[in-house]
Amino acid sequence: MSAQNKILLLDDDEQMLELYQALIEQIPSHPDVQVCNTGARAIAMLESEPFTLLITDLRMPKMDGLQVLAIVRRKFPQLRIVVLTGVPDEEYRSRAYAQGVEMFWQKPSSAEDIQLFQDCIEAMLDRSTQTLEGFRGVQSKSLVDLIQLECLSRSSSLLNITRGGLVGKIWIQNGEIMDAATAQMTGEEAFKEILSWKSGNFEILPPDPGRARTIHISYQGLLLDSAQALDESKGPPAGTGPEAESLTPGGAPTGLAALGRFEGVGFVLAIPPDDNAPVDSWSLENSMDVANWARDAHRRLAKLGDGLRAGQFAGAFGFGLQEHWALDAQEQKGLLCVGFRCALTAEQVEQTMKHVFDKWAS
Amino acid sequence: MGFLTKQAPGLSGLHRLPSGAFTVDARGNLVSSTLPHWVPEVWAVQIGQQILAVFKGAAGVRLPFCELRVHYAAFRITARELRGGAIIFLSPKSAAPPLPPS
Repeated sequence: MSAQNKILLLDDDEQMLELYQALIEQIPSHPDVQVCNTGARAIAMLESEPFTLLITDLRMPKMDGLQVLAIVRRKFPQLRIVVLTGVPDEEYRSRAYAQGVEMFWQKPSSAEDIQLFQDCIEAMLDRSTQTLEGFRGVQSKSLVDLIQLECLSRSSSLLNITRGGLVGKIWIQNGEIMDAATAQMTGEEAFKEILSWKSGNFEILPPDPGRARTIHISYQGLLLDSAQALDESKGPPAGTGPEAESLTPGGAPTGLAALGRFEGVGFVLAIPPDDNAPVDSWSLENSMDVANWARDAHRRLAKLGDGLRAGQFAGAFGFGLQEHWALDAQEQKGLLCVGFRCALTAEQVEQTMKHVFDKWAS
Repeated sequence: MGFLTKQAPGLSGLHRLPSGAFTVDARGNLVSSTLPHWVPEVWAVQIGQQILAVFKGAAGVRLPFCELRVHYAAFRITARELRGGAIIFLSPKSAAPPLPPS
């Protein structure tokens, strides 16, 4: 008995989402179709749970479909992707195929088109089931492997590596390492620092061709230097060198992604008490803006409570037509701001926030 | 921020937490109130301004909402957006269980 296929449908148009969700759910294998309306949310959902197929629009505000494809293709190499667009454009079509999509569909406009579209999706799901054991990419790799792959394939990308509260970036342009940065360092020093991290998460972001070059050594030389520096500084026991430690590319839900699994949660933003420390977010595009607002709102409301002698601040909730949010604070960890889908009632939001906050705080 | 610093002592001069509702317009001016007479008008205005600032800040980061609930250990504020202003409900939380009907 094969497991039910899961399809993620991404489109900024809510009505189209509803329509295509209904159309795809009708196909014989009755897949589980989940929907989202932003690229960031799609990536967060893909990180949270396995999907068989991603169906995405191309023209969307903020992160457009091609950006989503660039990230998804690299992070989830075995995921099948179908592009569904309302505007047939040869340039978009060729760029989408270059990103490795399986099919490029113009949004069906007749009953025949719809039937054909449904048949194709069914056939793809069928194929997915048959080739589930196949090898379409490398999901778990060391950071060194990843850099070598990027450089050997002469790719251009921005690697964003996080390890707990640490964030590092490596800029690669046409297979050359251009620059690297951590909070305190840049250039080769930062590169070696990042390679010394034994574990963490990475994501491959679209390239930043405007980044000035500060590293002029070849990637082979740089990796060799870094490996030597690591050997000298640590002398690790056999089998536990940096190559033996795998990063998790969007891997099993950890940290905030695990909080995103609570029913109805749309985004999660953790804001440390130190205003200068980096924030951590899941499925939120404008995390810095929201963090600044959340800090300001918390200060206002907490001081309001102090002035009133109303007791300790115990949470704030906003209920909107499109989305709800909740904000709570813990002295050591800072603020937690969580977005909720508008389908939840106020009571459900308050209850779920309690569970999410308890899990985060613990 | 004046309210939170220089004028805060005025607020703490209240010996008990008030119950009632009031409305403020988009500029934060008090429009109507059912608060007890011992609550100074300026006090309601200052709460209203803080609440409106939270509403406006959220809209600025694409998190618009129409109802705000703020919980404190002993108090609750509920605010609903009202044509750019807000209607604000103040509810002290009672530590004692409700009295049985006599």
